[in-house]
Amino acid sequence: MSGAQGTNLSPEETAVVSLPQEPDLHIFAAIVENKFGVLARIAGLFSRRGFNIFSLAVAPTADPEYSRITIVVDVHNTDVNQIAKQLDKLVNVINISELHPSDSLERELMLARVGAVDLEAVTDVISEYGGEVLDQADGEAIVSVSAHPDRLDRCERQLRPFGLHVLQRTGRIALRALDADEPAVGMTA
Amino acid sequence: MELTGAQALMRSLEMSGVEVMFGLPGGAILPVYDPVLDSSIRHVLVRHEQGAGHMAQGYAHVTGKPGVAMVTSGPAATNIVTPLCDAFMDSIPLVVVTGQVAMSAIGSDAFQECDTTGITMAVTKHNYLVTDPADIPRIVAEAFHIATTGRPGPVLIDLPKDVSNAMMTWYWPDSVDLPGYQPQRDVDAAAIAEAVQLIRTAERPVIYAGGGLLKARAAEALRELAEMCDIHVVTTLMARGVFPDRHRLCLGMPGMHGNYTAVTAMQQADLLINLGARFDDRVTGNPAHFAPDAKVIHVDIDPAEHGKVRVPDVAIVGDAKVAVEALIAALRPSDGSAATDALADRSAWKSTVSGWQEQFPLSYDQPSGGHPLKPQYVVEQLRDHTPDDTIVVAGVGQHQMWASQFWQFDYPYTWVNSGGLGTMGFAVPAAIGAKVGRPDRTVWAIDGDGCFQMTAQELISASAENIPVKVGILNNAYLGMVRQWQELFYAERYSEVYLSADHPDYVGWAEAMGCVGIRVESAEEVVPAITKANAVNDRPVVIDFRVDTDEKVYPMVPAGGSNDDIILGPEGDADAALKGTAPS
Ligand SMILES: Cc1ncc(C[n+]2csc(CCOP(=O)(O)OP(=O)(O)O)c2C)c(N)n1
Ligand SMILES: [Mg+2]
Repeated sequence: MSGAQGTNLSPEETAVVSLPQEPDLHIFAAIVENKFGVLARIAGLFSRRGFNIFSLAVAPTADPEYSRITIVVDVHNTDVNQIAKQLDKLVNVINISELHPSDSLERELMLARVGAVDLEAVTDVISEYGGEVLDQADGEAIVSVSAHPDRLDRCERQLRPFGLHVLQRTGRIALRALDADEPAVGMTA
Repeated sequence: MELTGAQALMRSLEMSGVEVMFGLPGGAILPVYDPVLDSSIRHVLVRHEQGAGHMAQGYAHVTGKPGVAMVTSGPAATNIVTPLCDAFMDSIPLVVVTGQVAMSAIGSDAFQECDTTGITMAVTKHNYLVTDPADIPRIVAEAFHIATTGRPGPVLIDLPKDVSNAMMTWYWPDSVDLPGYQPQRDVDAAAIAEAVQLIRTAERPVIYAGGGLLKARAAEALRELAEMCDIHVVTTLMARGVFPDRHRLCLGMPGMHGNYTAVTAMQQADLLINLGARFDDRVTGNPAHFAPDAKVIHVDIDPAEHGKVRVPDVAIVGDAKVAVEALIAALRPSDGSAATDALADRSAWKSTVSGWQEQFPLSYDQPSGGHPLKPQYVVEQLRDHTPDDTIVVAGVGQHQMWASQFWQFDYPYTWVNSGGLGTMGFAVPAAIGAKVGRPDRTVWAIDGDGCFQMTAQELISASAENIPVKVGILNNAYLGMVRQWQELFYAERYSEVYLSADHPDYVGWAEAMGCVGIRVESAEEVVPAITKANAVNDRPVVIDFRVDTDEKVYPMVPAGGSNDDIILGPEGDADAALKGTAPS
């Protein structure tokens, strides 16, 4: 009852055993006040509620008082609605909505330092994804590719044989498609 | 008008209607303690900052007003983290002001610097680091708004010393502008209509009354709904008193140490009407086996509670009082006939429930001759020899459960306890805060010997400030609740739970703190001691009740177990009883 008798005595009753599983990724977009500590509040909420952040991208909106955050969450063992509702409780979160991949446009940017002894072959791969070579020297190149994250995954796999020396991806950003319906949770993010 | 940040803070607290605050000064908050001397606000000086937080909670519990505490930076801020977390878990409105090192020193590991907003982010509804004295009135106004509206909770304001010393031009905002914070009070008519359908057809309905009803000040509305529809009510640990225990429809407390009828009625219900409760694990037991046949109507002002533990059939977001009144309006026949005429026949269920009540009342045995003294007997005598509207404040442990079980709560806001966090040491300071808030009422803390030792020093604050609370220690010489678990689940291997009945000497300690101290060793001495304590009104009283070490709290649902596996007492379980009475 009171928490007295066993909060600290019986971990077995709440323990959740999770086996490695394929991630089940959902995208949330939040508009937040651009205030001190907002990101810490969101990160703290995710960790204390046991939500798994897969990627996170933040930057100010056209109105610099607000930021738009795209959070990709692995929702295995988690109720998607709980994530949205708990986030929405944060005072600095103006609104939150889930973006369904089928209704959204998603992009992610990748910068990579790759082995490029055969620069032409590297260029062939990335041009298929609309990428470009930004720099090259001593048998290495730095390439930049912006694409749908799934396509970026493919591109990454194709670059791997050349030697992927440094890889930096930004995490995805997403916008609701113009003809998509508004979601049930949240509103205008 | 030009004010320092410190003056602006005190002025803002006054503008917010604060009458009392609890606190203790130190370096970083020094500037604010100067205008405290000139303020209309009464300041109660505590002996430990945890005490300030729990006093503010006790005050808030019984008055419905936000509790206010103020402490310095660093160790004082960390000392008040426990009450913040406690208030967060139990949705108690608090505004806590902490001093902070100067802005220029933040991040330098300065003396008594700690990242207070960082530390308290997880245990506050919201918190602020003030960086500009001009923001103080706005932030204070927002803090009180956030603390007291929606699902109430603690808000912390961290105030750097240079900000309190700097000048600002005074103003008071006439409204708050929080675009990301818009709690919904009004309820959705369609959801109410769906709920009404479920209520009409239910054959085994139970109202599961939670603390949210008290926050919404909905006791009267609840009573009207229950009586109009003739539905039984269980009151959770947080909701004791919201529905009178003496009422024919009251089933008392459910949960791990709830009575058999409350636990089993919920378990076998076909409809649970959850009003402001949160399916806490101490109520549900293993949620997978909780109330398996019940449809659920869930009223909560916090939409995140819907589906967090149990997916409701009807979710109603909004203020509990607004919701209950909407249900009443929708269920009341327009032609003046009895509302129950439109409801399913529940006579079989009613007789099942009253059968349980008769067969399985809460019980204990006080041996004749008065030895050993049973803790339940002490609670009953306290109940019977104090005014009916006495405020009871409990610590955490066996004594808390006995207090909740054996007191008779007939009025709202007469029960103060730490439900969600289960904070030992809550009772003494919370009782002091309650007495400050309701000086007209008798306030009794029912405390454990272990709990008492955690925060007893606040009785010095109470003596110094003439706050005549009364404390009954159910001294079983043990960390009794832990002992009970070790007895039942660890083969009586008692590990680090013995405290001794004699050390400390509670009577001597009480007297050293300026209280009256009384020792009670047998049943015959109980009533005279209570009578003597009730007659003292100029200082706190502490009674050391030496009670039976072996007594255990029953009934009990083992943690993680199903509520069907309720253990009634040392003599076995309820299986036999369940068979035959359970509706198929
Ligand atoms: C601060 C804190 N520490 C530890 C616990 C774990 N705990 C729960 S009840 C209890 C024993 C309380 O002893 P006492 O105050 O003597 O009460 P009793 O159970 O004997 O009535 C303990 C240690 C707790 N709830 N809170
Ligand atoms: Mg004890």
